[in-house]
Amino acid sequence: MLESPIVILAFIVKINSLKTSFEISYLTKGLENNDFSIIDSTVKILVIEDEQLLLQSIKTSLEKEGFLVEIAMDYHSALEKVFMYEYDCILLDIMLPNGSGFEILEALKKYDKSENIIIISAKDSLDDKLLGLELGADDYITKPFHLAELNARVKAVLRRKTQDGATQMEFSNLKLDFEERLVSINEQPIPLNRKEFAILNYFLLNKNRLVTKTSLAEHVWGDNIDQVDNFDFIYYQIKNLRNKLKEFGAEVKIKSIYGVGYKLVEK
Amino acid sequence: MEKEIKSSIDEGLRNYKRLIIQNAHKDPSILHKTYFDESFFTIQKIDKKTGLTFVNQYLDTILYMQDFYDPTPELEEVRMLITAFEFDEEYYMLKVANAMVDKEDMVAAFFKNTIWLYLSLIIAILIINNIVLKRLWKPFYDLLFQIKEYRLDSTQKLPKVQTRTKEFTDLNNTINTLLVDSKVVYEQQKQFIGNASHELQTPLAISINKMELLLEDKNLSQEQATTITEIYDISQRMVRLNKSLLLLSKIENKQFLKNQEVSLLEVTQNSIEELEDFAAFKKIEILIKKSSTTLLSIDPTLAYILISNLIRNAIFHNIENGVVHITVDKNSFKICNTGVEHALDKDKIFTQFYKSHKNSKGTGLGLAIVKAITDLYGYLISYEFTDKHHCIKIQFDTTHSSQM
Repeated sequence: MLESPIVILAFIVKINSLKTSFEISYLTKGLENNDFSIIDSTVKILVIEDEQLLLQSIKTSLEKEGFLVEIAMDYHSALEKVFMYEYDCILLDIMLPNGSGFEILEALKKYDKSENIIIISAKDSLDDKLLGLELGADDYITKPFHLAELNARVKAVLRRKTQDGATQMEFSNLKLDFEERLVSINEQPIPLNRKEFAILNYFLLNKNRLVTKTSLAEHVWGDNIDQVDNFDFIYYQIKNLRNKLKEFGAEVKIKSIYGVGYKLVEK
Repeated sequence: MEKEIKSSIDEGLRNYKRLIIQNAHKDPSILHKTYFDESFFTIQKIDKKTGLTFVNQYLDTILYMQDFYDPTPELEEVRMLITAFEFDEEYYMLKVANAMVDKEDMVAAFFKNTIWLYLSLIIAILIINNIVLKRLWKPFYDLLFQIKEYRLDSTQKLPKVQTRTKEFTDLNNTINTLLVDSKVVYEQQKQFIGNASHELQTPLAISINKMELLLEDKNLSQEQATTITEIYDISQRMVRLNKSLLLLSKIENKQFLKNQEVSLLEVTQNSIEELEDFAAFKKIEILIKKSSTTLLSIDPTLAYILISNLIRNAIFHNIENGVVHITVDKNSFKICNTGVEHALDKDKIFTQFYKSHKNSKGTGLGLAIVKAITDLYGYLISYEFTDKHHCIKIQFDTTHSSQM
């Protein structure tokens, strides 16, 4: 008889404690990704882009990674946000109307807030790239880009401003060390060639996310490869990689997604 | 002309007649002169009736005459006037003659002189025509030449002539206005493809990103997923096409001009390395048959695009277990590959959007881009099908300093 009220009480207390936590929604997302680190320090990203639809896509994709995403669509709202909050990473479209993209960058540099900025641009212009990097940006990505690629860039930039200088990525019993360029399963290093390492690296940066063949090809084999319209050769590489993972008892697998790409998931 | 001569002789004869009549007043003895001899006239008395009704006659006849250089008197042609006059109430018939010996010579001489005059007049006209008129029209022909040489896309300076002739300066100015306007329109059109491609990038990016997110939805049916995948692939094709168009436009607009000394051999080796997985998949062997470390003055990005496009093409259009042979020379680059059993249309393969197989998923712009680069630097590119190999050869005219 006494049990039910106690259970109910306990339940209510639990709910309340969970409710008071700001990070409730992000918690669940974090749990989905098996990445407990974000409970303590949710990564905040600001996306400054005037194209509504593109902005939404980027926001959705980054939120899936457990990041907290804020948006701004023009010069003034962007500056407002930047000076009110601290962001771990800023995605800035350099082609904002009225030439304001570069102006924002300059303002950020002036006020010493130019850390971890990734420039988005429609122009594959070397001059723009150099200017952007000169003005303090950390990276430059051209439209159209794959969401997996954007994700990888954001994580790379975040890694620099990282907690305890972590040089490793973990997923289940798989561990990847960027500095040593080593992948180990259950602490045992596995032999991988250069391309296989790059592929696994990319998958880990995009774990549980769809990585299309095109995106993989461009990331690992270079921009030039995109003019090759037949990505069957990738299948070969994936096959070898799958065999190696299986051989060393990895608890993760590379899943084929509708023939359009792959996803690294836990078994 | 003979008529002219005769009429002047006749006039001379009439003058002569007057003189004789005058002299008759001074010396009437001449009235009885009935023979010609030294004075070439005769006078005969006639009756009044004949005298009054006498009509002047001019005739060509012959007389015995003795020239300076004739041994004996000879018959010579003369022009004679037979006339009558009244003197002291008496009537006399007067015959007065003028030697025509020189008539033919005179005619000949006249004729010759006339011809000469005519000829020299013509020559003078021709000379004057050439010198004077040429000088006069020089600015015009100068301007004409400049207009013929003018190229809308490359000539920097507008045609100009130095002249004080108002018509020519007007012509010059009008043509220049026309050329300036044409050039503006031409530039705008050239920029258009670049601008259009540029604008297309954002909508394409959005479509692709949205599809990537959609494909992550766990609640898709197999059919839905397949359809979306197909749309995704086609969209990727649009992206590739757009990128190629943009590149083509940039090349033709000469936006790549940072020439450096580039080692083609190195670029080739890098390209092969990048594409090795692609080649290995089709079991294609790529061989560099001959190599030269000569440097070429070219924009490195363009060199990379040029070589990698050719190699990629050679792999893509190849058969399984095929080969690709590359020769890098001091003055040329040659790439041969196995492939279809018949020759391709050598006039068409470098044109935009040409595809040897209709269903090929390529953009059709790969070789067009290669050609745009070779055109930019003035290289010679050619295709031939020999020994069952499709070969493309590029010749660089100068090795170190290629002018554009």
